[in-house]
Amino acid sequence: MTDGPTDRPALDEALAALTARAGDAVLGTAFAKGELTVRLRPDAVIAAVAFLKAERGFTALNDMIGLDNGPAPAEGRKRFTVLYQLYNREARLRIRLAADVAEGEPLASIVGVHKAADWAEREIFDMFGVVFEGHPDLRRVYLDPEFEGHPLRKDFPLRGKA
Amino acid sequence: MSSPLASPHRGTESSERSPFLLTKLDRFITWAQKNSFWPLGSGLACCAIEMIATAAARYDIARFGMELFRASPRQADLFIVAGTVTNKMAPIVKRLYEQMPDPKWVMAMGNCAICGGPFPTYSVLQGVDKVIPVDVYVAGCPPTPEGLLHGLITLQEKVAKTHPTQVMFKRHDRRTD
Amino acid sequence: MSFKDLELNMGPQHPSTHGVLRLKVKVDNEVIHSIEPVVGYLHRGMEKLWESLTYPQIMPLTDRLDYIAAVANNFGYALAVEKLAGIEVPKRAQYIRVILAELMRISSHLAWIGFQANDIGAVSVLLYGFEDREDFLDIFEAYAGGRLTINAMRIGGVPFDLDAALIARIRAALAGLPHRIREIETLLNENRIWKHRTQGVGFLSAAEAVDYGLTGPCLRAAGIPWDMRKDIPYSSYEDFEFDVPTTDRSDVYGRYLVRMQEIRQSARIVTQALDRLPEGEHIAKVPRVLKIPAGEVFHTTEAPKGELGFYIKSNGTDKPERMKMKSPSFINLQSLPLMCRGGIFSDIVGILGSLDIVLGEIDK
Repeated sequence: MTDGPTDRPALDEALAALTARAGDAVLGTAFAKGELTVRLRPDAVIAAVAFLKAERGFTALNDMIGLDNGPAPAEGRKRFTVLYQLYNREARLRIRLAADVAEGEPLASIVGVHKAADWAEREIFDMFGVVFEGHPDLRRVYLDPEFEGHPLRKDFPLRGKA
Repeated sequence: MSSPLASPHRGTESSERSPFLLTKLDRFITWAQKNSFWPLGSGLACCAIEMIATAAARYDIARFGMELFRASPRQADLFIVAGTVTNKMAPIVKRLYEQMPDPKWVMAMGNCAICGGPFPTYSVLQGVDKVIPVDVYVAGCPPTPEGLLHGLITLQEKVAKTHPTQVMFKRHDRRTD
Repeated sequence: MSFKDLELNMGPQHPSTHGVLRLKVKVDNEVIHSIEPVVGYLHRGMEKLWESLTYPQIMPLTDRLDYIAAVANNFGYALAVEKLAGIEVPKRAQYIRVILAELMRISSHLAWIGFQANDIGAVSVLLYGFEDREDFLDIFEAYAGGRLTINAMRIGGVPFDLDAALIARIRAALAGLPHRIREIETLLNENRIWKHRTQGVGFLSAAEAVDYGLTGPCLRAAGIPWDMRKDIPYSSYEDFEFDVPTTDRSDVYGRYLVRMQEIRQSARIVTQALDRLPEGEHIAKVPRVLKIPAGEVFHTTEAPKGELGFYIKSNGTDKPERMKMKSPSFINLQSLPLMCRGGIFSDIVGILGSLDIVLGEIDK
């Protein structure tokens, strides 16, 4: 069952504005199942999020999602992907930004732009080990500080180690 | 003897040759104990809601004398482990149990407390009896209030068979057992 | 000994923390300096577990997320899977889903008012709320066999049809509801102690609320009428007339008023859905082994606690590659320190109650 119709022209407009601002930091776009995904270079994410919030009305950060593409990702893919789900409530528009990072490669924290990112980034750090630079207090949110490993990585066993 | 965690009253169910007066005293003491459990108000997850529903007006745990949920373990004698015990919560559950004075009983309510339930994962303790000894297991996900009451009645029957006077009047040092 | 900068620990074993939540509170006598929630005591590894289960197998586990409103999780999950797999749900099933979800909202809010009032000291309202809720739990038990964790939806629709007997029971439960809400409101609305402990307590401005990602009744109490049922309607919600209650108070009292009004609006929706229930199937034809081609989807619904979202990434197999739940309570809890600033220690339980959090949803 699908939602109401996605306002494609309005989304395209927002995408065009973002591409104009971000330039070659936009690595690709995809539109499927009524949802727009914009792939960005990791260092351009914070500027894009701030731009979308200040000038395009995407004032709500719905969620940040971490993905593990596998310990040996395919050629050209990096290990982790971090997704940012942004929402423009006045226009009822959703946009998903995606940034790929390699193991050990940090991402800039967007807590300064959206306070709601605070615990979401801690959760991604806890479950995947992705480091967010500039986060005021980056530590595990669910597991004990002494816990070893990052459970949502594909090479971490379901029942845990030992 | 049993593990250092087990209370001294465990293992007193079968007793040969107890004096007549002491058995009568046992019956009186266990009658008082089983009709006035004071549960520790410790709900961990979904089962806690059914525990509260059991204490509410329709299922009325007060008819069993158990409506007095205590917030402090020092005043409780029944630890109903209602919900999933995670590895992070396990030391706290153990400490709460140790803080309860004797005699005390433990009920594992729900599948998670019995064996980890539907969560065979890295963070869930597969059964609370890995850290504390359990007297009654009540299965269900969650058990209905009728199920919990059945578990409580089973616990009452278990308590009725113990012999508290054996613990009270023991002559030798308990620690040498 | 000085009482300045005393660090106190509330929880994880505490009668009023609504589950295993730990609050590290720094106080100066009674005034709160800082409050830091520590979560994770109920982290069950659900997201990892979901990656090793098939899509239908995941449905009963979603009940255990927000366990006070289990059907809301089933609903959000089913809609996300159907969006990803391109499954059309029959109209009758959509209406039945709305009925179940709104009945669940009513019972969730009745449980909430019980807990909130109990924390503040009005213990009778706990008994009233839970007793009123029992009628609705009976309906769920008659429908799907469970009182709390219900598994009341399937991918493609609902497991059973509503027969005339069950519809009569639902109408009877709704008929008794207005009197019961009025009873609770008579006890609380103009009660001096209630007002003293809830008015002006836990204030959060509208701008801060949006910035902190707050959703649900707390956001609506700040005056912002965000409600996914109206904003991006799903499952035929656009067919029903209902209001989205808001206040401009943005304190504990305002959140209480919003939730009591939401109960009335939910009853309104259910009555309309029952009156206009269309004929048809109660479930679409879905393959027994559901394999979803590669893709990703993010779908949100309006759960009783706030905006509930599911992100699912499929990879052509019968199990998800990654499934994440956007938990409203997880995000709402972040604004607790902000709401408590300048308050006194005894305000914490009232404010925490007004956030209406569920640890199963926060910790997954």
